[in-house]
Amino acid sequence: MTRFLARRLAAAVLLCVGITLIAFVLTQLVPGDPAAANLGQRAIGDPEAVAAFRAKYGLDQPLPVQYLTYIGNVLQGNLGMSQQSHRPVAQDLAEYVPATIELAIFAIVLSLLVGVALGVVAAVNRDRWPDQVLRVVSLGGVSMPTFWVALVAFYLLFFKFGLLPGGGRLDPGMTPPPYATGFYTVDAALAGQWDVLASAAGHLVLPSLVLAVYTVGMLMRFTRASVLEILGNDYVRAARAKGLPERVVIMRHVLRPAMVAIITVAGVAFGSLLSGAVLVENIFSWPGLGQYAYRSAVNLDLPGIMGVSIVVAAVYILINLLVDLLYGVIDPRIRLT
Amino acid sequence: MTSDSTPLPAPRARRDPAARSPWRQPLALVGAAFVVLWVLVALLAPLLAPYGPLDQLADKLLEPSAQHWFGTDELGRDVLSRVIHGARVSLPLAFLLVAFAAALGSVVGAVAGFFGGWVDGALMRLADLVFAFPGIILAMAVAAALGPELRNAVLAVVVVSWPSYARLVRGLVLTARNSEYVMAGRLLGSSSVRTMMVDLRPNIAGPVLVMAALDVGNAVLLLSGLSFLGLGAQPPTAEWGAMVAAGAANFDRWWVGLFPGLSILTVVLAFNFVGDTLRDALDPRTARAIRG
Amino acid sequence: MGALLEVEDLTVWLATRGGPRKAVDGLSFQVDAGEIFGIAGESGSGKTMTALALLGLLPHAAKTAGRAVFEGRDLLAMPARELRAVRGRKIAMVSQDPSTSLHPMLSIETQLTEHMRHHLGLGKSEARGRAVELLATVRIPDPEQALRAHPAQFSGGMRQRIAIAVALACEPRLLLADEPTTALDVTVQAGILRLLHRLRRERDLAVIVITHDLGVMSAVADRICVMYGGRTAEVGPREDVLTRPRHPYTRGLLDALPHPEGGAATLQPIPGSPPALGAVPEGCPFHPRCGFAVPDCRAVRPEPVLVASGHLAACPPDPLGGAA
Repeated sequence: MTRFLARRLAAAVLLCVGITLIAFVLTQLVPGDPAAANLGQRAIGDPEAVAAFRAKYGLDQPLPVQYLTYIGNVLQGNLGMSQQSHRPVAQDLAEYVPATIELAIFAIVLSLLVGVALGVVAAVNRDRWPDQVLRVVSLGGVSMPTFWVALVAFYLLFFKFGLLPGGGRLDPGMTPPPYATGFYTVDAALAGQWDVLASAAGHLVLPSLVLAVYTVGMLMRFTRASVLEILGNDYVRAARAKGLPERVVIMRHVLRPAMVAIITVAGVAFGSLLSGAVLVENIFSWPGLGQYAYRSAVNLDLPGIMGVSIVVAAVYILINLLVDLLYGVIDPRIRLT
Repeated sequence: MTSDSTPLPAPRARRDPAARSPWRQPLALVGAAFVVLWVLVALLAPLLAPYGPLDQLADKLLEPSAQHWFGTDELGRDVLSRVIHGARVSLPLAFLLVAFAAALGSVVGAVAGFFGGWVDGALMRLADLVFAFPGIILAMAVAAALGPELRNAVLAVVVVSWPSYARLVRGLVLTARNSEYVMAGRLLGSSSVRTMMVDLRPNIAGPVLVMAALDVGNAVLLLSGLSFLGLGAQPPTAEWGAMVAAGAANFDRWWVGLFPGLSILTVVLAFNFVGDTLRDALDPRTARAIRG
Repeated sequence: MGALLEVEDLTVWLATRGGPRKAVDGLSFQVDAGEIFGIAGESGSGKTMTALALLGLLPHAAKTAGRAVFEGRDLLAMPARELRAVRGRKIAMVSQDPSTSLHPMLSIETQLTEHMRHHLGLGKSEARGRAVELLATVRIPDPEQALRAHPAQFSGGMRQRIAIAVALACEPRLLLADEPTTALDVTVQAGILRLLHRLRRERDLAVIVITHDLGVMSAVADRICVMYGGRTAEVGPREDVLTRPRHPYTRGLLDALPHPEGGAATLQPIPGSPPALGAVPEGCPFHPRCGFAVPDCRAVRPEPVLVASGHLAACPPDPLGGAA
């Protein structure tokens, strides 16, 4: 298990280097000049301002040097200054990233509960009507444009019927809880501010429902396939031959091995939740990674884009490690070797 | 033996009833019907649309009525006409970029699978890299780097879409490379590359086409998502994602964003119905490779 | 005294892409308490489906007809709920490959005690105590330790002993053993067969051993049923069937066995291969491969008839009648 994890960790670090490299190369393809993009009209007439800007952000160095300097800084937790907010990128991200991660965690938990349950129902009713109906439901889920679902849900659930709170992370006028993790729900609970906790949780419902539409469909399909595959195993027949109630057979003998495939997909689903967040954060005025990435991208804010890439890579690596650890929890054979 | 004509035993029938003719499935038929419908809409758009997609009529943000079935948008353009013309943007681009992604990915996968060794290692690590990155963020970076244009958005989607084809084709090549008939081809003296081209093509084409069918939906989603963010089609182009963005800006006027989004949904759903059914008809191992 | 299990005219249809196909076709036999009954045949002869039909565990969308009366009640007509109360409790199963039939991710304790607790309502520690006894019965060294382990930590033979312990946990009356030794080494095989013998003696357990290996049959079975194409070819006491076979197929199977004294020269495989599912020929299913076939064999489906005391064979021409 230790060796297994060590190897996965090494691969993850390599991946991280690769992702930053790709992000770096991409930013170098930018036809626009970041100086011009950030200084605006002033830059055109003022070569000194441009030179000062370039020197300040190290843009006058050769590319490999820029990249190495950057990696060196990253390892010290220094992600550079955002050319757009004029604040350290690390500081920006500490605010924006938890908002998105909190949302994604809410959404993935919701998706797992609903998606796995429905997938199991579909599998055990294979080819009968619940399976047919759920197939349409899951295909519908993965066919919905998330940004449009966000719009429709926002219109109906907030604007039209006022069932759920609208944009933002808290009710208007409410002060965020003291910063500990950046997750408002956790921070509010830590500070004992129950009204803030309720508000923060309430504001999470609508966006995480919207984000979960796609991942529920995805997890349903994989759960169904995975459960069907497990159902064909001898050991399931053996469990049934023992006369166990079908519920026990499914929950204990089928779902556990099926979870190996399901959590793998859940890891991928988490990535797609981040993508979805990029699209819908705007609609829900959610001050998260997606909004930050978008603003950095359109403003050609290099440190900003690369900071986002690093965070996304780090999240990806963490998720994969978590998935690998869960394999060990689920399957004793992995733990034992 | 007294029996003079012993028939060869038929191959044992598979027990899996999920493998059936895709064309007897109602979902596939509904999907195919919608695909045909949307293709017709795209082809006949100028005849079907009551107004031009860019015509600015006097009345802005009109509710749906007999005159304007889907209402008008913030510039007084007929939403129905723009939805109809939107099919001419999304469909051809989706087909085009899936074709590009499939071609690129298949070549990379075939090269990786056939040469193996460090070539395989390098190409597959690259595929993993791209795969690992949330598609929209990478596409966003590409689109932002190259400038917010529809052409660049298409390029960005191709960049994030090829790895799944590469993985699939590599797997198929590796399986087929060791199979008996390719071995037989080698023994008969055909060169390895020729063997691959002639013998493997039919085995690879099926799964790749199924994956492409499923991918058209994804492509439409990604492309419209980029346009929604303002990184794809630019105003005043009648593009569904951009139209939903206009709906978001006027969210109290539900018709502005509802209908373009429904168009995206029906197109994507149609392709997914067809692709999903086709995949079920494939043999289970290939189907699994396509799924993930 | 009536039989423990009386199977009458059992027919099983499996769902295939081309529609339902008969896998078992009008099979009848009976098993007495404490008897070891062997069902022999090549793969595809329907022997495994027979066992699964008795337990109601046939694959998706399969159908059955006929009767299988166990302790006075028809298993095939029983509601699913009641059948579940019989499964594992009164009738248990050991399948071919213990590396796939034991759950790879659950501890031996869970797999050995869960059905005891369900069927017999035992508490955790009670069930655990019995589990230790059971493991000792099937001769697993250090049972306490074994309970905490997982299947992957045991050898094939040990796993099959554990699987047998699992099957015996609720003291069933009938054990269905589907190829119980096929996946094992010859020396391990002998141990498992001795174990089955001992259990039958000690517990008055009836066992249906399903195998393609007549060698295994000759070691354990009291009576043998030879199946071909989903039908009974021949059924009777072990001695009769193995030394005086009356069906050419049984004779073919015996000729295909290596004889300790004969050397390789006597090894004679049956020409051709068994019919595929749904492709069973008209008339006698064996006629295309039979060296004694007469024109009637192609038209008339033979029923098993009494050829000696307790010995039935489905071969009306009876070419081996004078042999032996």
